[in-house]
Amino acid sequence: MSQTATVDHVVAPDSGKGAVDYIRNGKGIVSWLTTIDHKRIGLMYLGSVVLAFLVGGLFALAVRLELLTPSRTIMSAAGYNQAYTLHGAVMVFLFIIPSIPASLGNFLIPIMVGAKDVAFPKLNLFSLYIFWIGALITLSSLVLGGIDTGWTFYVPYSSRVSTTAVVNVTLGAFIMGFSSILTGLNFIVTMHKLRAPGMSWYRMPLLCWALYATSLVQIVATPVLGITLLLLIFERAFQIGIFDPALGGDPVLFQHFFWFYSHPAVYIMILPGFGIISELIAVHSRRKVFGYKAIAFSSVAIALIGFLVWGHHMFVSGQSELAGTIFSFLTFIVAIPSGIKVFNWTSTLWGGSIKLDTPMLYALVFLILFTIGGLTGVFLGMLGVDLHLHDTYFVVAHFHYVMVGGTAVAFFGGLFHWWPKMTGKMYSEKGGAVSAILVFIGFNMTFFTQFFLGSRGMPRRYYNYLDQFQPLHAFSTVGSWVLGAGFALGIVTLLVSLKNGKQAPANPWGGLSLEWQTASPPITENFESTPVVTHGAYDYPLAQGQKEHA
Amino acid sequence: MNKPHINIDSFWLPRQSSTLAEKVDFGYYAAYWTGIVFFLLITGATVYLVLKYRRRTEKDKTSPIAHNTALEVTWSLIPLVILIWLFFVGLRSYVYASVAPAESYEIKVTGEMYLWTFIYPDGTAVVNELAVPKGRPVKLIMSSKDVLHSLYIPEFRVKQDVVPGLYTTIWFNATNAGDTALLCTEYCGSGHSDMLATVKVLEESDFEKWIEQQSGPSDLPPEELGKLLYAKKSCATCHSVDGSPMQGPTFKGIFGRNEEFSDGSRVAVDENYIRESILNPQAKVVKGFPAVMPTFRGLLKDREIDALIAYLKTVK
Ligand code: HEC
Ligand SMILES: [Cu+2]
Ligand SMILES: [Cu+2]
Repeated sequence: MSQTATVDHVVAPDSGKGAVDYIRNGKGIVSWLTTIDHKRIGLMYLGSVVLAFLVGGLFALAVRLELLTPSRTIMSAAGYNQAYTLHGAVMVFLFIIPSIPASLGNFLIPIMVGAKDVAFPKLNLFSLYIFWIGALITLSSLVLGGIDTGWTFYVPYSSRVSTTAVVNVTLGAFIMGFSSILTGLNFIVTMHKLRAPGMSWYRMPLLCWALYATSLVQIVATPVLGITLLLLIFERAFQIGIFDPALGGDPVLFQHFFWFYSHPAVYIMILPGFGIISELIAVHSRRKVFGYKAIAFSSVAIALIGFLVWGHHMFVSGQSELAGTIFSFLTFIVAIPSGIKVFNWTSTLWGGSIKLDTPMLYALVFLILFTIGGLTGVFLGMLGVDLHLHDTYFVVAHFHYVMVGGTAVAFFGGLFHWWPKMTGKMYSEKGGAVSAILVFIGFNMTFFTQFFLGSRGMPRRYYNYLDQFQPLHAFSTVGSWVLGAGFALGIVTLLVSLKNGKQAPANPWGGLSLEWQTASPPITENFESTPVVTHGAYDYPLAQGQKEHA
Repeated sequence: MNKPHINIDSFWLPRQSSTLAEKVDFGYYAAYWTGIVFFLLITGATVYLVLKYRRRTEKDKTSPIAHNTALEVTWSLIPLVILIWLFFVGLRSYVYASVAPAESYEIKVTGEMYLWTFIYPDGTAVVNELAVPKGRPVKLIMSSKDVLHSLYIPEFRVKQDVVPGLYTTIWFNATNAGDTALLCTEYCGSGHSDMLATVKVLEESDFEKWIEQQSGPSDLPPEELGKLLYAKKSCATCHSVDGSPMQGPTFKGIFGRNEEFSDGSRVAVDENYIRESILNPQAKVVKGFPAVMPTFRGLLKDREIDALIAYLKTVK
């Protein structure tokens, strides 16, 4: 193909004028609660997960405040154990897991592949309700005795000793799992069946590939979590004796079950972030993605190999040395595809036309923080080194670099990137940029410090700690305030735009994927007529009138 | 309670106080320098490219190069080789940590909410204080009475979960005399962060002396020593001396008492019966009480049992 094309020729032109956009199409709360429009459902998910993020964030600030001094600062040991457990459980089950797929994914996948909606729109609404019910049951623990087991629910503490509302939280997580499974199913079928004419697999935006891989993991791994949590509930209620050694059970078995889901779940959390970063870097550099297929297939590779490394959470649990050795080796293998992605993103900057808009700033923050998160994971994958670092603050720092520095930062970057599309409003660039910078500084203050703490022998989940660690803990706590301010400013900037923001153009960043070829905000059917796709999501050289290279 | 202390004498890590420590630290620094090099490469390239290729006009033309197989294979293979090397480095110290020398000095460890008990080969049992000889391999054989715990000694670089219903082991060879911290690293409830112990690394001769002292000062009269042991060995949690009923029968007036057992037989309490009750409590179970008394076989020395008997004679 050597003809030239401009952006307008990529798809069937779409004026968007005349038709009412999806936000104004239907008024009143009932029209939202009964909608089957993937965009509205995505928006409702978005509101829910951001709310969960705020709740989880408040718990995080409380935990950090308590750790300002080596003994009691503001709460009791029991209160502290509840605060950190709720922080973890809310952030994992109510925020990170659903965050990108259910909100941005729901909104974007159908538009990106040129469809009117997801494959099963009613099922999609049903998933949202399941999520809400599960979330409410989980949160009911707040008033019904809290929970103090850690988000990992290790037995026999959770099954026999803890007097808190363990059943509520696990039952809630169990129910939310169905939402996750059904959403994954919906996405996979949508991508298989509803791609617009000309939208071949390799023309799909990389976010779609990432969410495809994520959906696979959601479908395969989540049932295992469901069974595990159900068994835990039975163990607690009826002493069936599967996990509790006092009843003839095996507590290490629980850990195998739990991590068989929860390690792949790490990829449920990070793969969508990878997808967003691919979009942000390509669009804000207006550059053809370097190594499209490598990025696409590394997502799938991570999803598959990710199933075989759960035992790296259990090197000192009492599992056999041979098992530990195999899990360690596979852990190093799964590091390769993540590394490949980072190299490809960096290379995509080469020869680009880079503008440091807020989304791009967040993408760069991601690149640096995720790189640190990945490289510190290498320490923990090494068997001998993990003997020293396991269950210390080094681990806490490492996974926050991946989950917050990676996923949460990607989520915010994506939010800024697609906000004009979702709401039709432009936000204050200044607010966005300052929030990205505050997040970067605050995050490193909070969590880089914790690498020192962990290396020096500070265990995690400690209410009281040795006096010698106080200076580092205090510094980390101050960092959490800066980090909190950064995220808060980001959210405020977006909310303010709803009132004061300028009307967003259809394509504020000059992107080529389909979502930028329709109005902001889109009409309910997404496109006036089914788009016909003639080339890939990142063919910037073509759009710029350059000759196509082979 | 006096909190223990971790000696830290380098920027990142605690002092190396066991033969394992330097092997673990070699792996730590191997990952550390690998990480620094890759971090500088990636962030350096990112910053450079962002500055060099910043947008000048809206009409900028961008590179059409979409991949480069040679480059991509290179940047997959080089990290792969480095990672496999790091895997083996990690494996080496792990194997060293996993295989205890046959001549190791064995100490039994029990974790429970929220204290550590260390039981020495001669039956000496000590709570929250682990004395070990310097320069001799020591093996800990660990189990938990209730929930999961994890035994961690940062200066030794050893850590292992302590699991109910399972024996786990670690071993170390301490190289620095002095005190250091032992911590619980598996969350176990509200007292998790107080589940600390002091590790005392002693010269061989001091260690022998320490063991001697644990069974109480040897110049104490037997009745006094027995009273001390009654409190120290947890008899007091089940037996009162004032007549009040607890889990077990009271010791008040026990000596000479005519005791009835669950099988209906009777005996007058004497030295032999008390000794049997301590070493083999299930042999005769006092009527009206559950058979929950633990055996103290291996935990009390002859001299200590004699002292306890002497003490019980005085409880009237
Ligand atoms: C876990 C609770 C518990 C602890 C700890 C305990 N005992 Fe007992 N003990 C019992 C019970 C219950 C009985 C009565 C049932 C039986 O005879 O086995 C008993 C019985 C005895 C008897 C026989 C009493 C009688 O009236 O005939 C003696 C002697 C005795 N214990 C000594 C000791 C000593 C000495 C210690 C500490 C080294 C100790 N016990 C620690 C629970 C305990
Ligand atoms: Cu994992
Ligand atoms: Cu503990």
